[in-house]
Amino acid sequence: MEIWLIVFGIVAGIFGGMGMGGGTVLVPLLTLALGFSQITSQGINLICFSFLALSSLVLHIKNKLIEGRFLLVIILCSIPFSALGAIMANSIDNQILKVFFGVFLMILSLIEFVKLFNKKSI
Amino acid sequence: MKKANKKTKNNSITDTKKSNKKQTFYVVISSIFIGLLNGFFGGGGGMVAVPLLEKVLHVENKKAHATAIAVILPLSVVSASFYFAKNSFEFNWIFYASIGVFFGGFIGAVLLKKLSGKVVRFIFAMIMLFAGLKMVF
Repeated sequence: MEIWLIVFGIVAGIFGGMGMGGGTVLVPLLTLALGFSQITSQGINLICFSFLALSSLVLHIKNKLIEGRFLLVIILCSIPFSALGAIMANSIDNQILKVFFGVFLMILSLIEFVKLFNKKSI
Repeated sequence: MKKANKKTKNNSITDTKKSNKKQTFYVVISSIFIGLLNGFFGGGGGMVAVPLLEKVLHVENKKAHATAIAVILPLSVVSASFYFAKNSFEFNWIFYASIGVFFGGFIGAVLLKKLSGKVVRFIFAMIMLFAGLKMVF
């Protein structure tokens, strides 16, 4: 189990490190391959990402890559909704959350395919 | 001539105010989605945050990704505390997964310069598609 967690973490981290969503790889791996409940996988992803974000952020601040304009506005506006989203996710049935997540993944994959298609035609 | 100059000056100020209002509007609407995605799905906020920063706020790509992380970190902490409150997590799981993600991120950043972005994006999209299908059906 532990080894798989590390392996899946590495896989997700690689995609994340390349600028694509790492969480959208980690969550399905945890749920589908390791049998975690959807809500648990999402929670693990949130926490893992927070650690990664913290370490990356230190570097980014040092390199002055953070755009300050509107930053506080975005954070303050989104926090109440992340709380709301988290409460909603924890209130619905796990299977339903899984299906919603699956639909979300499919939409994201379509967006990626469209992006690829647009770039290729150029 | 003087009148014409005055007009242009006023117009550019109004234009800036208009574009600021527009930006604020998009920022507020997008923030709602960024928050909801982060809380409800435990991730995915970046999918809205990065385009918002790049296209509406005209932030350059690398800065957009970095700033998105700065936004999503506090959101993730807030969301995670709600998840924690309602579920039990083995700290073991988090520990091992975090180690993996940490090293993976490193490898990813290195590979970014070496691998073809298109191929990786394609693989990424396929993984999400199949995972999504499996989760729905």
